[in-house]
Amino acid sequence: MAKKYAFFLGCIMPNRYPGVEASTRYLMTRYGIELLDMKGASCCPAPGVFGSFDLYTWIVIAARNLCIAESLGADIVTCCNGCYGSLQEANHLLKENKELREWVNEILKNIDKEFKGTIEVKHVIEVIEHDIGLNRIRSEIERDLSGLKVAAHYGCHFLKPREVRRHEHPERPTILDRIIETTNAISIDYRDKLMCCGAGGGVRAGSIDVSLDMTREKVQNMMRAGADCLTTPCVFCHLQFDRGQKEIEDRMGVKLGLPVVFITQLIMLALGASPHVLGLQYNIIPVRPLLRKIGL
Amino acid sequence: MSASEQVIQLEKTDPKFVEEIIEYGSKIFGREHMETITACFQCGTCSGSCPSGRRTAYRTRLVMRKALLGLKDEVLSSEELWYCTTCYTCYERCPRGVRTTDIIRVIRNIAAKSGRMKEQHKRVARLLIRFGHAVPITDEFKEIRKALGLSELPPTVHSYPEALDEVRKLIKIMKFDQMVGYQESG
Repeated sequence: MAKKYAFFLGCIMPNRYPGVEASTRYLMTRYGIELLDMKGASCCPAPGVFGSFDLYTWIVIAARNLCIAESLGADIVTCCNGCYGSLQEANHLLKENKELREWVNEILKNIDKEFKGTIEVKHVIEVIEHDIGLNRIRSEIERDLSGLKVAAHYGCHFLKPREVRRHEHPERPTILDRIIETTNAISIDYRDKLMCCGAGGGVRAGSIDVSLDMTREKVQNMMRAGADCLTTPCVFCHLQFDRGQKEIEDRMGVKLGLPVVFITQLIMLALGASPHVLGLQYNIIPVRPLLRKIGL
Repeated sequence: MSASEQVIQLEKTDPKFVEEIIEYGSKIFGREHMETITACFQCGTCSGSCPSGRRTAYRTRLVMRKALLGLKDEVLSSEELWYCTTCYTCYERCPRGVRTTDIIRVIRNIAAKSGRMKEQHKRVARLLIRFGHAVPITDEFKEIRKALGLSELPPTVHSYPEALDEVRKLIKIMKFDQMVGYQESG
């Protein structure tokens, strides 16, 4: 039976990086994974932003989104560590804590919804690894990315907190590097590879210079190690790196220019898709140097 | 800072502050999770791991210490409290199992509830109430969506006004709209 997922879009992917949405839809369709629309879903809401303002409002709105997927009878998949962080954590807390669940359900009654705890929340990385499989992708590579140096950026909320996420060790993860190397590109080592992009926790909205200083440091570390591009599985990190590099130039006068490619875009490039179809032309930092490097 | 300012005056502390933090977060995370704050032995692994602390005066260890001492006003009114990106590096590395990041989020909740929310943050919160998305669509991105063969509007609250009404209803019940100064006309 074909695998189905409730596709949680969030805010940034559909509203700022639709190319990431298109690429993810192409990849899933190619491997027979059906993505169901979560009609009427809202912002997740962002765990470090709304979770910092009012955890109680945060969990109520997150629970509403979870209910939409429950009514579809499908696990959620997301392309944003923030959405994943919010929904996976809220789902975990509500399943584990009966009193909290009852309190939330009392409020959800007002909109005729009830959290039942019948689904799981997955990150697109998990779907690539477990439902598609790296060997399957490897056997279908059509474009040679060998020699391309990619800086992997995991982002924080995919892996942490480990006691809730239950993936690899957050200080020594390998999955993103393994996916990158499936495309024959090289996943390079660089200083502070697991450092935050700087966007989370409301720091981007509230203290943009602090936020961008982290982004600057990280991109410079990647460039010093010879990266041709950076790849992330989180569309919020993606925005922070792409849009952020322009902001760094405008506010600090530091010109960087490292192309940013989402993991599903990188895979689709290796599978032979046209960069135009993947929406790479809409990135703020031009991807031309990267495309030239792979002979396009 | 003069020597007299460095003296902690007991009458200016709030010994109930730690209990307030534990109590506030318990319903969400469970009491045991929140009580880890009392296990902090000030080793500084958190501050040493912090990407914000590298470039600002934000010190996670100091927040924990001040909270434990009951220096409520100092903790709640500090600008640095809002420099944590919630990256969880300190949380993972803490040798005492203090759930730092969640404790920081709870302290921020208490700060926000006492009227110390930044205007920029209120603005983001009002976007959620107005559009159902903290980052709503624009005309430019509607065009890009169409050019990529996607629906002009995503199938979210953007396409279903009745769904946005649901989100707003929940937000009103939680009185979150009042907290962030949202007015229906605006």
